[in-house]
Amino acid sequence: MKSRFSAVIPGSAAPDAAAPVTQRNVPNRGGPANPSAADLQNRFGSAIKRVDVIWGETIVYVDPAAVKEIIQWLHDDPAQRYDYLSDVTAVEYRDLERLLEVVWHVRSLPYRRFLRIKAELRKDRPLEVDSVWSIYKGADWLERECYDMFGIKFKGHPDLRRILMWEQYREGYPLRKDFPLRGRFSRAEQLRQALSANPEARYSMEELSIAEAFEDLPEDMRNRLRGGERTGE
Amino acid sequence: MGLTARSDTRIVTHDPESHESWLTTTLDTLVNWSRKNSLWPMPFGTACCAIEFMATAASRFDLARFGMERMSFSPRQADVLICAGRVPFKLAPVIRMIWQQMPQPKWCISMGACASSGGMFDNYAVVQGIDTIIPVDVYVPGCPPRPEGLIYGIRMLQEKITNERMADKLIRDEMEPNSGSGLYIPAAAIDELSEPFGNSVHQTRSGL
Ligand code: SF4
Repeated sequence: MKSRFSAVIPGSAAPDAAAPVTQRNVPNRGGPANPSAADLQNRFGSAIKRVDVIWGETIVYVDPAAVKEIIQWLHDDPAQRYDYLSDVTAVEYRDLERLLEVVWHVRSLPYRRFLRIKAELRKDRPLEVDSVWSIYKGADWLERECYDMFGIKFKGHPDLRRILMWEQYREGYPLRKDFPLRGRFSRAEQLRQALSANPEARYSMEELSIAEAFEDLPEDMRNRLRGGERTGE
Repeated sequence: MGLTARSDTRIVTHDPESHESWLTTTLDTLVNWSRKNSLWPMPFGTACCAIEFMATAASRFDLARFGMERMSFSPRQADVLICAGRVPFKLAPVIRMIWQQMPQPKWCISMGACASSGGMFDNYAVVQGIDTIIPVDVYVPGCPPRPEGLIYGIRMLQEKITNERMADKLIRDEMEPNSGSGLYIPAAAIDELSEPFGNSVHQTRSGL
């Protein structure tokens, strides 16, 4: 073997990207912030509420109303190129006074940057924030999970329904702090409701990716699909 | 020479020096003997216990010794459902459907603390013991049970099969619980009785 093994694949990074480094002695608070944070402040002004650097990672608190615009810009701007959404989640703190936070983790593969974006939602208002599905298709299930566990409505999501709990689940949103650990209903009632579900009626035909083969299907099956039939019903 | 009782006293054999040796026993013994030595398991592995179940089936512990090496991934060809792992409520109708698809005679082993009782997951998502959904013959404790533990459970099931009687139709009956018999306790009353221990719905997270 002539050349030594290199973890960096040439060509994937932007020409002016910083070389990858392993940070050492990272301070708890403070330290160099991700340069995108300053760019965001220049560009969006008061929509950027605060920038924290914790354990070397930059957290940008943004105005919930501007989230989509900000992420769209991060994704499109040639000097940012945040092309990978790694997570959408939410945090509710034990301190009931604190606001509920929705968190987006975005990564710029060309510039080797990682940014955590947080938007704070008031609990006395409807929990709503814009969906980023139109920017990252991968947000689909992440936002569904966040909706399932926290009840946050992502406006503009194409198919916002429960993903981990079954669709008829009626007890609430399990990761909210006011949700009792064992659920709201008695064990017997939970079991009765769960057993009354038809395990084969969970997926629509499209989810089973029959939709792609639509033209190859027999005529009667196509008619049934057009009528919106779901499997097992 | 002559009549000999085997160590299992239900079987008597005769071994003359000619070729016509014979054996006499009850039909129950013969049927049960063949059933217990060819139990085809339906592995329902949902969590970490399934890993230990795989170890049991692999060469070191070798389920083939008990005629069980043939995993039946179709419930229609299975004899014993081995539930290895926790069952969330979303899977409850699935495991019940699998059980209903298995033909009689069928048995069920509940492997591990989670399958038997919900284990440490006393929360909103996990069924508190699969015996609330389907009948269970053998519970194997442990988290996860060691392969020896599971094999011990399988041996216990074989023991149970040895003592079954075909005349006893009741053990193959699939009944709905009879609410008229004094033995049936409605679900709400069970909740009431078990209040401070297993099934309380009043516990909330600390800090509230
Ligand atoms: S009993 Fe233990 S090993 Fe088995 S499924 Fe539960 S947590 Fe996992």
